[in-house]
Amino acid sequence: MTTLTFAVRDSATMTRRSFRHLSRYPVTLVVAVVVPVLLLLMFVGIFGTALKAALGAGSYIDYVVPGIIAITAVYGCQATTLAVNRDSSEGIIARFRTMAISPSSVLNGHAAGALLRTLASVVIVIGVSIGLGFRPTADPGRWLAAAGVIVLLALALTWLSVAFGLAAKAAEGTTGFLLIVQLLPFISSAFIAPGQMSGAVRWFAANEPFTPVINTLRGLLTGTPSGGTVLAAVAWCAGLALGGYLWARILSRRDINR
Amino acid sequence: MTSAITATGLRKSFGGKAVLDGIDLEVAAGTTFSLLGPNGAGKTTAVQIMSTVVHADGGEVRVAGHDVARDPAAVRAAIGVTGQFSAVDNLLTGEENLLLMADLHHLGRADRRRRAAALLDQFDLAGAGRKPVSTYSGGMRRRLDLAMTLVGSPRIIFLDEPTTGLDPRSRRMMWQTIRELVASGVTIFLTTQQLDEADELADRIAVLDHGKVVAAGTPEELKRSIPGAHVRLHFAGLPGLDAAERALGGALRHEDTLTLEVPSDGDAIAVRDLLNRLGGTAAEVDEVSVHTPDLDDVFFALTGRSAADTTPGTTPEMENAR
Repeated sequence: MTTLTFAVRDSATMTRRSFRHLSRYPVTLVVAVVVPVLLLLMFVGIFGTALKAALGAGSYIDYVVPGIIAITAVYGCQATTLAVNRDSSEGIIARFRTMAISPSSVLNGHAAGALLRTLASVVIVIGVSIGLGFRPTADPGRWLAAAGVIVLLALALTWLSVAFGLAAKAAEGTTGFLLIVQLLPFISSAFIAPGQMSGAVRWFAANEPFTPVINTLRGLLTGTPSGGTVLAAVAWCAGLALGGYLWARILSRRDINR
Repeated sequence: MTSAITATGLRKSFGGKAVLDGIDLEVAAGTTFSLLGPNGAGKTTAVQIMSTVVHADGGEVRVAGHDVARDPAAVRAAIGVTGQFSAVDNLLTGEENLLLMADLHHLGRADRRRRAAALLDQFDLAGAGRKPVSTYSGGMRRRLDLAMTLVGSPRIIFLDEPTTGLDPRSRRMMWQTIRELVASGVTIFLTTQQLDEADELADRIAVLDHGKVVAAGTPEELKRSIPGAHVRLHFAGLPGLDAAERALGGALRHEDTLTLEVPSDGDAIAVRDLLNRLGGTAAEVDEVSVHTPDLDDVFFALTGRSAADTTPGTTPEMENAR
């Protein structure tokens, strides 16, 4: 077998390992679905009428679901970064590194497992949203494009989570990253247009990565004008994914922690 | 005789502090080599460099004929490592851990199951194989750890303090396993803090202190160089102590505990001779104990310091002040 087939085979083994972890502790998946659904219920039920008035046309649930999709992807980060951190602090990464396996397979396994888990929770959340009254207008082509954007976003968040999980010396060290990444969608166009915000917050919301991603999803799924944000969304996601991937690679080649 | 491991001029510093300060080692294939030293001597760092997970600052290391810096993949294919802290997957069962190793060694479908089952049996884990590792005791985790190392049938095995923290029974089991591995032709590189362990298992021992090899040789050579072995005689009263001291000569007298320390290698013949010499005197021996050299004696003899006192700048006064 060639080096490449070994790399694929080892990565597949590591991915199966991460699924086995998930099957042992399915609560990870439940949390990643329940929190976004609760947020959806809360915003539609409590603020929905008020926010609809502020936004003008359309139903509020159609406005908010693309934001909830992004938040679902964000809530997958915690499980990913903690799993990577647990591996590196428990010494099993040291064992893997003394074995004749493809060096990238450990991280690839984590990333592939996390990506598939995140996409599964997004699918469930979209299903629940439709049950609650979300009415997307997208044709199959637009659905496919939206799926592409979601995959890119999940890829970016996954590789950042892997890198931060490796960088932290203990699980506590990942809280800063998780706090920021979980906060960012709230200061974006997820719940209300940045134009309705004030001062510095408005500027921040208009320029942070989640706004173009959510606007693009909203445009694709519900047909609202996305205002040329597609390029910004793709650039942010691809840039963060590549940055996270390269950083994780560098971190994984460091000498073992003593 | 071929070498399984050679290290020449091996150096490593962390934050400006030399952890390994130019060590040379040679381990013959099919033998057990023990690196003996206290905490902080650099044992783990040496194992980490030889097992390709830490880069050396200087020197050359060859394992199974391959340079660890230039060809780490070839080294990894030949070795197995069981570290000081169990590198097992706590979320999986024991069996799943072994199957994971089998998959990473690219064993075939039927082979992987057979290998996992055989290792669970061999390490007395068959009953716990389907339970999550998080429920295992310390000894069970250590056994699983070694079993995982053996899945790939490595020719050279690094064991970093494999019995630290184990109860006496588990320790015996570990020793037995190591002997069986050596009998099957495997080379063992063992680090330990305990002279008796090195003595029990190793063909050659190197004593590591502050990153330098301060002594090396067979266990016999090493123990011969140490004056620590003696027979301790306890007496019922002062008259006995006095009589024995006159009869034996050259013994160290402890009047407060009514004991005499007589230098001796402590084997049965020496002890019998010693007691025979007291036979014709008024010295009535209450109790006889044989004191064999331990790591502390080795250390004291080689470095003039106690093994426990290896942190630079730590004095007994400071210890007391805490």
